[in-house]
Amino acid sequence: MMKVLVIFLLNLLGVGVVLASDGGGIPLKHVSVNLADRAALYRGAQTFVAQCATCHTAEYMRYGRVASDLHLSKAQAESLMPPHLKLGDEMVSFMPADYAKTVFGTVPPDLTLIARVRGADWLYTYLTSFYADPTKRWGVNNAVFPGVNMPDVFAAMQGVQEPVYNTVKLPDGSSEERLVGLKAPVIPGNMPPAEFDSLVRDLVAYMVYMGEPAKMQRMSYGPYVLGFILLFTVLMFLLKTDYWRDIKKPVKSD
Amino acid sequence: MAEVPVNTARRRFLTGSAVAVGAVGAGFATVPFLSSFEPSARAEAAGAPVDVAVGKLAAGQMVTVAWRGQPIYVVHRTPKMIETLPSLDQQLADPNSKVASQQPKFADNFYRARKQEFLVLIGVCTHLGCAPTYRPEVAPKDLGPEWMGGFFCPCHGSKFDLAGRVYKGVPAPTNLYVPEYIFASDDLIRIGVAEKQA
Amino acid sequence: MIQKLGKWVDDRLPVSHFWNAHLAKYYVPKNFNFWYYFGSILLAVFAIQIVTGIWLAMNYKPSAAEAFNSVEYIMRDVNWGWLIRYMHSTGASFFFIAVYLHMFRALMYGSYKKPRELIWIFGVLILVALMAEAFMGYLLPWGQMSFWGAQVIISLFGSIPFIGPDLALWIRGDYVVSDVTLNRFFALHVIALPLVLLFLIGGHIMALHEVGSNNPDGVEIKKNKDEHGKPLDGIPFHPYYTVKDLFGLGVFLFLFATVIFYWPDGGGKFLEAPNFIPADPLKTPEHIAPVWYFAPHYAILRAIPDKFLGVMAMGSAIMILFFLPWIDRSPTKSIRYRSLAFKIILFAFVTAFIGLGYLGTQPVTYWTTLFSQIFAFIYFGFFVALFLVSRFEHAKPVPERLT
Repeated sequence: MMKVLVIFLLNLLGVGVVLASDGGGIPLKHVSVNLADRAALYRGAQTFVAQCATCHTAEYMRYGRVASDLHLSKAQAESLMPPHLKLGDEMVSFMPADYAKTVFGTVPPDLTLIARVRGADWLYTYLTSFYADPTKRWGVNNAVFPGVNMPDVFAAMQGVQEPVYNTVKLPDGSSEERLVGLKAPVIPGNMPPAEFDSLVRDLVAYMVYMGEPAKMQRMSYGPYVLGFILLFTVLMFLLKTDYWRDIKKPVKSD
Repeated sequence: MAEVPVNTARRRFLTGSAVAVGAVGAGFATVPFLSSFEPSARAEAAGAPVDVAVGKLAAGQMVTVAWRGQPIYVVHRTPKMIETLPSLDQQLADPNSKVASQQPKFADNFYRARKQEFLVLIGVCTHLGCAPTYRPEVAPKDLGPEWMGGFFCPCHGSKFDLAGRVYKGVPAPTNLYVPEYIFASDDLIRIGVAEKQA
Repeated sequence: MIQKLGKWVDDRLPVSHFWNAHLAKYYVPKNFNFWYYFGSILLAVFAIQIVTGIWLAMNYKPSAAEAFNSVEYIMRDVNWGWLIRYMHSTGASFFFIAVYLHMFRALMYGSYKKPRELIWIFGVLILVALMAEAFMGYLLPWGQMSFWGAQVIISLFGSIPFIGPDLALWIRGDYVVSDVTLNRFFALHVIALPLVLLFLIGGHIMALHEVGSNNPDGVEIKKNKDEHGKPLDGIPFHPYYTVKDLFGLGVFLFLFATVIFYWPDGGGKFLEAPNFIPADPLKTPEHIAPVWYFAPHYAILRAIPDKFLGVMAMGSAIMILFFLPWIDRSPTKSIRYRSLAFKIILFAFVTAFIGLGYLGTQPVTYWTTLFSQIFAFIYFGFFVALFLVSRFEHAKPVPERLT
């Protein structure tokens, strides 16, 4: 009960606290996203097109928007796009939907808005938390998305991580294996861990940008709009105090 | 109540500045609303340049493609068609394409094109916006013995020759528009791109 | 020349009469405090919602197949569409923030009491219409929260005995929330309810200007007039309160713009994360939370273990507000002169309302249900306690003039 109360008070103070759920793996890792770092976003876009767009779409995002928001040169923009597409086209998947359905049993979800649904931390943790699980269809499982129907596209770069289980005794006397963490791959990937980490961070940054390209605009217009409103408010305050001097002086009693 | 003298100059100044700042703010506030009426990114994407392969277009034939939602006529003119063009000058309103708004600089010649054999036109009548029909045949029954081939607008009867030049005495005031285009290769026309951008 | 034209118009249209009656010669108590800014702010928010709503309707498509895509089209492809959309979505939340504060002001200073009962009743009607307006508007983005929120709320009507299931079917026009529902909600959201709101707001203001404003002292300024019939403690609305309200509006716009430009999803409260997934009638999100401004009422609903009684409790929580002018029997209006007992129950009521608002957004657990029940008890208990307290209340003497 105290827990509920404390969380309630913290929430009132504007601190976002969520009751930790009992199910599900490992805590989320934090990632900070800097939309001003356009070079990182461009690297993320390249990773997105090379790794994600093979199966997933980003059907609300136009290549041309990416190019202009990230200040890409014509050559950079063209290297990003498959040759048969134009700048105005959306980031469609290279895999036809019917084919995807036969491979995965379902059409892989569109990723344009996934960062707004899941948040950057979740994406970052998800993308780095695949682990070996031979019982699953693709030979891997995910610590924050148990049972996900997706192969580990980074297996070659990262290597395949191994799960760490903990045996938990259940009230009825039986016991259960629970995932508590991941350990480094037995066969390392072909990319140094630090390099892989920054690749995923850039990818997540790009996906955050893609979820809301308008964020770049609102961040850049924000200070001017607020400054202008502030100027107006200060003027109105001076005008108000000036008029109210008529009222504020003591009134003669009759 | 107001027995204490009011500093009217200060009050007037403050009122004036507040009104001015408020008016400027209101002006800025209208910008997003007016600007949202401009073509969206989707409309601009749909208005992107269009390629037309003309290698297989037989002489005398026309192909229609859509660009920015408008019909674009591409005609492969035969040498005979080109020969007749100068002979029509007397019957035309603007034979030498003097009205500059109707074509890019490269097309203000009598054949109104980059290459004589390929005519590219926006298929929108300059009268009231109908799509003229392509009538390459000479002297058909309905258009009379004078007809040397060209475009006929079914809405109000405007007539244009095989370079999109308007005849005298019809409702349409000017020649048909020629859009910006380039030859991306010998048999590939790219519509909607000016030479400098290419 | 301009004066002549002005006179020509004025002879034919009561422009100067309107100006004098409602602004230049409309006398208002001179002691308004912070709580009196929200009326004019609400008018401004209403105007913002109307204008941005018209612009959104230019690009929004009210069909199940296209609604979600058209919202993303507005957010990405339409010039400045993101700004217009964020103004509208943030405006909805700010509307309720201002309405709740405006109502709290009325509770504190007894603004619902004789002779202002009708103003209060118009106000509660505005609240009801606004809730309907917001609920229908929330369906339009056609995300998961839109869909399942509407599904849950419409199902509530299904719990009414005898007519319930048919009523729910009639509201939806289909067996589930569908394209048909979306289309009719769109029509109601963009034209029917805004018209209703416009009339109710007109009635609210006309009733207010007939009897005049209350004030933090709860003293009737019309009782003390000078030889010209002007209230001694009154000042003309224009220029004094026009400049003051414009200053208040400036502060409000600053906060409003801060949210629009830096925090448009309101930490997941103004725009909920699952609503960025298109509506899927076959898959319920793990946790459905109503938008924050409906959360108190939703928590009352969940606190009652019986479906029909829950719906009744939720409905009564709003309906009971209509009777407030007669539940409170104390002649003293302002909290400044009322008893400690009144202050305590009002504090408890506000705490319960905020508490319910928090609990309504949380997943159901044993503790949240228990607290919801306690807070719901306090919510309704306030009206019972007020009925009793106000009968036997020993209020401090109210001054003749404003302090």
